[in-house]
Amino acid sequence: MLDNQLREWRPYVSPLDPCPPILIKTYVVPPNQYIHYQPMNLPQFTLDEAIRKGTLWPALYSPYMSRRKAKGG
Amino acid sequence: MWVYEKKLQYPVKVGKCDPRMARYLIEQYGGADGELSAALRYLNQRYTIPGKVIGLLNDIGTEEFAHLEMIATMVYKLTKDATPEMMEAAGLAPHYVNHDNALYYENAGGVPWTATYIAAKGDPIADLYEDIAAEEKARATYQWLIDMTDDVDIQDSLKFLRQREIIHSLRFREAVEILKADREQKKMY
Repeated sequence: MLDNQLREWRPYVSPLDPCPPILIKTYVVPPNQYIHYQPMNLPQFTLDEAIRKGTLWPALYSPYMSRRKAKGG
Repeated sequence: MWVYEKKLQYPVKVGKCDPRMARYLIEQYGGADGELSAALRYLNQRYTIPGKVIGLLNDIGTEEFAHLEMIATMVYKLTKDATPEMMEAAGLAPHYVNHDNALYYENAGGVPWTATYIAAKGDPIADLYEDIAAEEKARATYQWLIDMTDDVDIQDSLKFLRQREIIHSLRFREAVEILKADREQKKMY
């Protein structure tokens, strides 16, 4: 689900950069950007799932993965 | 008036002793795009917005206070047992000398909350676009907060709050659509 919400871009890398360059930067485009007005009768999460995720509708759900590398990374 | 339910909107669990994270979380407590700003912005704008969308601002503004409580709970849990030495090690010595371990409406840089963080232009389209921007900025802040901790319990609560910002943004954009809708109507004079 996250795959199609992440956009990548490549910043300019200078030979004089002081730190190791990050070659690919990403940003999130959440699904709300493509919904003008929510249509009726969208499929729903189960109530248990919805209350944990923060939305009733899979079409509006946006997961987020920490950019922090796993320990030792 | 409000009816208060004595529980949080979403459970807040803190998995490890990390007062440093409290210092960052305070951004969403008393920062420009934080929950206090959000609640006061919407609950103030609602008086002068067209009737069709007053209810939306009322409901979302109320939910923002529920989010404020969640952030407060995280900050409180992270700092309530912190000694002066621990506060200092977390970079919270300036906060400590002014407030002890009390919470305060300030941003992560220690700047106190100010009403200049919120706007009320009186123009419904302008106000709603401000609200949409505020939600997306809060969503981004939650992303950067999630990046700043490896505590999966805090991350879990922050991910819920982030998702709510996305929903609120959509609702405000729907409100704009509602206010735009008259265009197709034929007017007879």
